Order: sequence, then C-alpha cells, then structure tokens
Amino acid sequence: MAAATEPIVAIRDLSKSYRRGEQIIPVLSDISFTIAPGEFLALMGPSGSGKSTLLNLIAGIDRCDSGEIIVNGVDITRLAERELARWRARSVGFIFQFYNLMPVLTAFENVELPLQLTHLSRRERREHVELALELVGLADRMDHFPSQLSGGQQQRVAIARAVVADPAILVADEPTGDLDRAAASEILTLMDRLVHDSGKTVIMVTHDPRAAEQAHSIRNLEKGILTG
Amino acid sequence: MFMLKLILRNTFRHKLRTTLTVVGVAVAILAFGLLRTLVGLWYLGVDSSSATRLVSRNAISLIFPLPISYAERIRQVPGVSEVAWGNWFGGIYIDEKNFFANFAVSPDSYLRLYPEFVLAPEEKNDFLRDRKGAVVGRKLAAKYGWKVGDLVTLRGTIFPGQWEFAVRAIYRGAHKNVDETQFFFHWDYLNETMKKTVPRRADQIGFFMLGVSRPDIAPEVAANIDATFHNSLAETLTETEKAFQLGFVAMTEAIMIAIRLVSYVVIVIIMVVAANTMAMTARERTAEYATLKTLGFGPGHIAGIIFGESVAIALVGGILGVALTFPAAGWIETALGQFFPSFTIAPATIGYDLLAALSVGVVAAAIPTWRGATVRVAEGFRRIG
Ligand SMILES: Nc1ncnc2c1ncn2[C@@H]1O[C@H](COP(=O)(O)OP(=O)(O)O)[C@@H](O)[C@H]1O
Ligand SMILES: [Mg+2]
Repeated sequence: MAAATEPIVAIRDLSKSYRRGEQIIPVLSDISFTIAPGEFLALMGPSGSGKSTLLNLIAGIDRCDSGEIIVNGVDITRLAERELARWRARSVGFIFQFYNLMPVLTAFENVELPLQLTHLSRRERREHVELALELVGLADRMDHFPSQLSGGQQQRVAIARAVVADPAILVADEPTGDLDRAAASEILTLMDRLVHDSGKTVIMVTHDPRAAEQAHSIRNLEKGILTG
Repeated sequence: MFMLKLILRNTFRHKLRTTLTVVGVAVAILAFGLLRTLVGLWYLGVDSSSATRLVSRNAISLIFPLPISYAERIRQVPGVSEVAWGNWFGGIYIDEKNFFANFAVSPDSYLRLYPEFVLAPEEKNDFLRDRKGAVVGRKLAAKYGWKVGDLVTLRGTIFPGQWEFAVRAIYRGAHKNVDETQFFFHWDYLNETMKKTVPRRADQIGFFMLGVSRPDIAPEVAANIDATFHNSLAETLTETEKAFQLGFVAMTEAIMIAIRLVSYVVIVIIMVVAANTMAMTARERTAEYATLKTLGFGPGHIAGIIFGESVAIALVGGILGVALTFPAAGWIETALGQFFPSFTIAPATIGYDLLAALSVGVVAAAIPTWRGATVRVAEGFRRIG
C-alpha cells in the first residue's frame, strides 16, 4: 500500500469568502498544500488572517466556496451534512481554545460523549474513556466537573475527548491560548506524544512561537494567502 | 439514556431560573384549571335545568309580576301537567353578606316539579302542613347550623318586614349538581301578609313554573301559553327553564365568556414568558450545541435536548399546578360555599391542564429548538468568541 507516503490531507485551490451585506470579504484565496500522515503542522499568522477558517474547513465544520479538501481519499466538500457529521465523528478529534467541555457533564462523561454515537457497549465505552483519561494523566479526576478543574486540566480532558474515538487527525485551534506557560507546555508535550506514540496527524493553529517550535512544520497565512 | 441525563442536568443548571419558570407555569395552570372549572360549573348549572320544565314570566321584564289568576288558564293549555309558581323573596338573614336564594313557592306543586330536591317524607309533610314552614338545602342548613324545628327570621327587602319561618324540612340533592343552598317557603304566607299590609301587591307572582308531559312538546306549549295571554294586561314570556336561566344570567354569560378568554390569555402569557426563558437559555448554550455538532451529534439530538428541557419544565409546572388545584378547589368550597356549593375539578379539566402545560413547553421550545438545530457549527463558536 502506498498510503503511508500519500498525503493524509490534500487541499487544492481552496477559497472562501464572507458576505457582509453587499460587500464580499475574501477570507481564503486559492490555498493549496498537503499534509503528510503523522505530521505535526502549525498554522501561524496574524489575527484575522483566516487560520481558524482554514482549520474549520479541513475539519469539516464549515463549507468552502470552491476547491477540494481530500482527506484520506475522500473529498469532504462533496459530502452532505449528515455524511459530513458522521465523517467528523470518525476521523477528526477537536481541541478548542476554550476547551468547550459540557459543564453539566463530568470529565468521564465529557470524554464519553463521542462514544455515545458508536455502537460500543457500556463496558467498552468505560474502558476507552479510562484509557484516554489515563493517557492525559487525569484518571483520578474522572468524576470532577469542568468547573472543578484548572484550565490545563480541562484542556487535557478535551484532548482525551478528542482521541477517545481514535481519529487519525487532531485539529487544535489555539489550544494553549488560554493557558499559562506551564500548563501550555504540558499540553504541547501531550500533543507531541500523540504524534510520536500514536501516529496522529495534528494541525494546530497558534500564534505562540513556543507552540510552533514543537511542530514539525509551520505554514504561514497572511490575509488569506499562504506565504510559507 | 444519555440524552435524558443531559436534559435533566441542564434543567437543574440554573436552579433559580428553572424554579421561577416552574412556579410561573404552575400558577398559570392553577388559574387555568380554576377558571375553566368555574365556567364549566356555570354551564353545568344551565345544562342540568330540566327540559320538561317551562318558566312563564311577565313579557316586559322579570321584575314585573303576573296575576295568580293565570294559573287556572295555564292549566287548561294542552300538554301542561303541573303548574307551580313563586316569587323571588330576596330576604336577608341577619346580614347582607349572608346571601342565599330564597323563594316563596306553591309548596306541593313546586316540590312535585323538582324531584331532584329530596326530602324525608315526614319532614315534607310537616313542611306542607305548616304555613310558616320552610324547606332549606342541606349545605345552607349546615352553614348556619339550622336544624329541623329552628326558627329563622329573614328581613324582607322586596317585601318589607321581619319574616319568621320554622325550618320544617332539609332537602338534599338527588345528584351532585343540585344546588343545596336554597330556601323555600309557602307562597300563601307571603300572599296573606301582603293582603293585610299592601293589598295591591297581593295575588301577584313572579313566575310560573310549569311541567310539560314530554320535552319535545315544550316549545309548542310555551307558544300556546304566550298566545293565550296575548293582548292581555300582562303578556307572558314562556321559555324552557334552561333558556330562562340563560336569560336570567345573560349578563353572567358575558362574564363567563370573558373568564374563559382570560383562562386562555393566562396560558398565552406564560407561553411568552417561558419562550423568552428558553430562548435565553438556548442562546447561552449555543457553543455547547456547536460542540455537540462538531462531535457528530445531529440536529435531532440538539432539538431533543432543548425540547426535552422545555417540555420537562412545563410538565413539572403543570403537574404542580394540577396538584395545587385540589386544595384550592377545597378552599373555594369552604370559603365561597354560597356561590360554589360544589367546586369539583372534572377529570377533563386535569387533562386540559396537562395539555395546556405541554403546549407551553412545546411553544416555548419551538424557536430555540429550531435555532439550535440549524446553527452552523463554525457560527456557533464564533458567537461566544
Ligand atoms: N461569519 C463570518 N462573517 C463575516 N466575517 C467572518 C466570519 N467569520 C470570519 N470572518 C472574517 O474572516 C476573517 C478570518 O477569520 P478567522 O479565520 O477567524 O481568522 P483567525 O483565526 O486567523 O484570527 C476575519 O476577518 C473575520 O472577521
Ligand atoms: Mg482564530
């Protein structure tokens, strides 16, 4: 199989603009690049350059105007909403700047969320969740609610949630943006381990140079255009 | 299972907000139920009036009398099986606030026309024999502690003077809708006193109450009676007891319609309030819905979560409202007994209560559910960021 050398993500001529009344605001213009499996990619650029928009498109939570996004051989721009949702659940793990945990669910239940959509039994779910929480070092905080955890711990729960269904790709939008230096470095180490030990492909939006250092490669966006 | 857990936890997330909404719905449902019961009781009273009883009264107005001499001529009209008559007496017991209906009636024929007033045979005989005897409803007797043999004095308003009666019989209703708060006495007692004190008011009656042999001939009999007195000094207007009651309370019916309207308005108000609360709640949780969608949950899941919470809150409020309805009805029966001798909550009312609560939940959830289910993921995150 040639899959190992094939890019896991191939983006071709991707464009997106927003309409504000009569005005059309281009956000991404003719973006093309590929991401290899197991790559740890940092997307950098000034605020408003379109990093989040690009990440959302790759992760299948937003729609482009034109172009192709081929992930694992599937052009996700052609998927219907329902198929896209199913594809996301299977293929992508999400890590957000503000963690986006459900406040009414415990750490365990938050991590279990993606598994609620699978056919796994209760016991199998429990095993997966415990494994994921152990991986991020929070096995002892399973019954805590997000409000009882620090920012760094919440982000680790979010990472556990992102990996629990074992997706090939992790997308992270400023994962350290809301954390202090120590917590941020813990999170980056954790993501690095996911790439090395579990072979995940990580795409991380950041404007923190220290975060970018951790990555294998860096791509710069400026006003919706890839500059390097 | 998991959805239920999420709905339940979300419901109790803002305890104060949820409690206030639940209390609001409960109070609205309570008001709705009580108002509906009130309206229902009123129509039931009208409905329970007999179809074989006709009322003849002065065509000009209820307050004008008819001569007693009409009795014989009415009796001649084919189809009339019984003729009774009476006057609204309007007497006051000690104080004006002690209101109850009291009538001077032709005792034996009146009781024959009202078999639903059930009297013990010996008490009935005592009443018929005593010209100053009175028969009172069970609830009325209980309220003032009257027993058979007690003397009761009413102060006349339409017929001036102090009128003394001896309670000779206490009737009970043959079924629950019979008013057990009325007071009857001999029309002869009234008439003979009038003959002595105000002779021009003697031999006058307020209404004839007639029995007809079959309900279907009632309209024809009524028309014949009115034809008999056409162009007389006092023309009659004869109608079924039901029509009579409706006319008697035409004014009240307008109020009843207004009350019914108010009962719906109450529900609409709480719908708007609950919808506002749900919209606020859903707006605060937009990022959570976006997160769930990101993880692969569909619009159906999101809709279920919002809808479930709204309906749960409304139903808890509804059940609480229904539960409060019973003590409230009990209180009305004791405190307002003279107006509502039996304030019974019908099973249908409970059904309507719960239906109203459910529709509050559904309507309140409609817009937030639609918004939550259709929010685009990327947009959902942007709203907080
Ligand atoms: N829903 C939207 N409507 C209009 N403009 C938007 C919308 N979303 C993003 N934009 C604009 O697109 C540009 C890129 O946004 P974004 O991808 O969030 O940038 P970054 O993540 O690099 O800061 C910004 O100028 C932003 O204002
Ligand atoms: Mg951004």
